[in-house]
Amino acid sequence: MSSTFDTVANIIAETCDIPRENITPDSHAIDDLGIDSLDFLDIAFAIDKAFGIKLPLEQWTQEVNEGKATTEQYFVLKNLCARIDELIAAKSA
Amino acid sequence: MRLEYFQMIDKVLALDLEARTLKSANVVPEQSPIFEGHFPGHPLLPGVLLFEIMAQSCGMLLLRLHNFDRMAFLASVDKGKLRTFVTPGQTIEVHAELVHDGSGYARLKAEGRVEGKLVCNAEVTLKTMPFPAPELRGYLLSTAERIGMPMACPDTDGAAAPLGKLAHV
Repeated sequence: MSSTFDTVANIIAETCDIPRENITPDSHAIDDLGIDSLDFLDIAFAIDKAFGIKLPLEQWTQEVNEGKATTEQYFVLKNLCARIDELIAAKSA
Repeated sequence: MRLEYFQMIDKVLALDLEARTLKSANVVPEQSPIFEGHFPGHPLLPGVLLFEIMAQSCGMLLLRLHNFDRMAFLASVDKGKLRTFVTPGQTIEVHAELVHDGSGYARLKAEGRVEGKLVCNAEVTLKTMPFPAPELRGYLLSTAERIGMPMACPDTDGAAAPLGKLAHV
């Protein structure tokens, strides 16, 4: 998880021009870091590429819009990294 | 090219579903009111339209790969370069390539050439979603037919598969 977080944090810092030290595992990508949906596409692209996965953004968005999940579950970075680790594990299973 | 209708692509020259590439021909009209202002005595195809041409080729490629079951909207253009003037009567050949097909978005690369010379290139991000209106899908299917988009491909038996059975991405 820690190396996943470092990779994700570096991607966010570089993509969105956010100081790396402002990005913590408890940061909410939208509420705390101010990342909008367009910037998140660039982040998703970089994450997909870095980890060889496909973040299910559409599914997550639908779940949030339908009230089945909260944004915290997917967009607080420690939770996002846990999802990424799950996707990596599923890929190699 | 019918600028007033934003119909940029005149013809699909090549489509490779495995390589996920498309090549299109886009003929700049000899006459257009656009050239009266851009620019008097020195008519040039506006650079923003070169980006539109690349975006449309990327979009048609992605729609075809998705079997025309989702719409693609331009979200961003990165590393865009306008390398030389494009003038009335010239034909721009655009090569579009799918780089990554993400969830709800896709990243593509495109480059435009006139007589083999690179005139523009960019990385294009398209946002994808279900068609917001059925007539839009109908319009794009008719556009695909007009520009000669190949709508069938060899299946495992070597015969043409109907559009509804394709699943390349």
